[in-house]
Amino acid sequence: MKTAVVLFPGSNREGDVEDALELVTGRRPQTVWHRDSDLPEADLIVVPGGFSYGDYLRAGAMAAQSPIMREVKAAADRGVPVLGICNGFQILTECGLLPGALLRNAHLKFVCRFVHLRVETSDSVFTRGYNAGDVIRVPVAHHDGNYVADVETLARLRGEGLIAFRYCAPDGDEVGDFNPNGSAGSIAGILNERRNVLGLMPHPEDAVDPRLGNTDGRRMFEGLAAALG
Amino acid sequence: MKARVHVTLKRAVLDPQGQAIGRALSGLGFDGVENVRQGKVIEIDLAETDRGKAQERVRAMCDRLLANPVIEDYTVELIG
Repeated sequence: MKTAVVLFPGSNREGDVEDALELVTGRRPQTVWHRDSDLPEADLIVVPGGFSYGDYLRAGAMAAQSPIMREVKAAADRGVPVLGICNGFQILTECGLLPGALLRNAHLKFVCRFVHLRVETSDSVFTRGYNAGDVIRVPVAHHDGNYVADVETLARLRGEGLIAFRYCAPDGDEVGDFNPNGSAGSIAGILNERRNVLGLMPHPEDAVDPRLGNTDGRRMFEGLAAALG
Repeated sequence: MKARVHVTLKRAVLDPQGQAIGRALSGLGFDGVENVRQGKVIEIDLAETDRGKAQERVRAMCDRLLANPVIEDYTVELIG
């Protein structure tokens, strides 16, 4: 699996996701700078977390307009898998690859801790390493993770099985108290209609090494590597 | 010509920052604060002198970048 990681001024989780990808593929991803207008040939494109352009205007708004994102959109349209993590998720909603938007956390605080997620579907290259209903423990670190979309969009996401992950209790129950940011339907991550674009607020790339707590995130990258060769 | 763009969260979108400001105002003893909405103001100096064209151009800027139509409304005010 050949992978590319897009780098913006203010990205800061690119190293973590590059390490995670190298761990499962044995190959270092190619880093692509935001001003580049050519994407290297890749089986997977990752838009990593961080604070691209200092979150100016709105989180992800400036990055969504950068030359490289035009290429990322074109690749996604061709069916290339695109994974947006945290700020990457915000960028993917801002550039229209995913519906909805991410607002300031409802309690206004930056939240940085482990959360539990329930895998809602295993039907995507990103989630095939899990079974629907699995509960995984991964960290979040964000200020703007409060997912919103209009009622029709939320119904469509539910109806078409496009919700990939929800925040949940450790036993998998969906309880509002375990929603770290106020997001609609406790949504932590969603797929596009074609299921080749995933955006999620938590950081699976930071749960791949037993020395850092657990390896629940590793199955996402292993599933990708198994699917994409 | 100068354009002033006001961007606010849509009425239907909860504005926790506005609520926090409202609570802080009440805490300072300002009675009767019923609702606070927070937004942003963007001022743009334009070479355009035709008001109609300027209005159209700034609205296009709002639709493309300055506001996110999923969560925000905007108004455009032309000055001068």
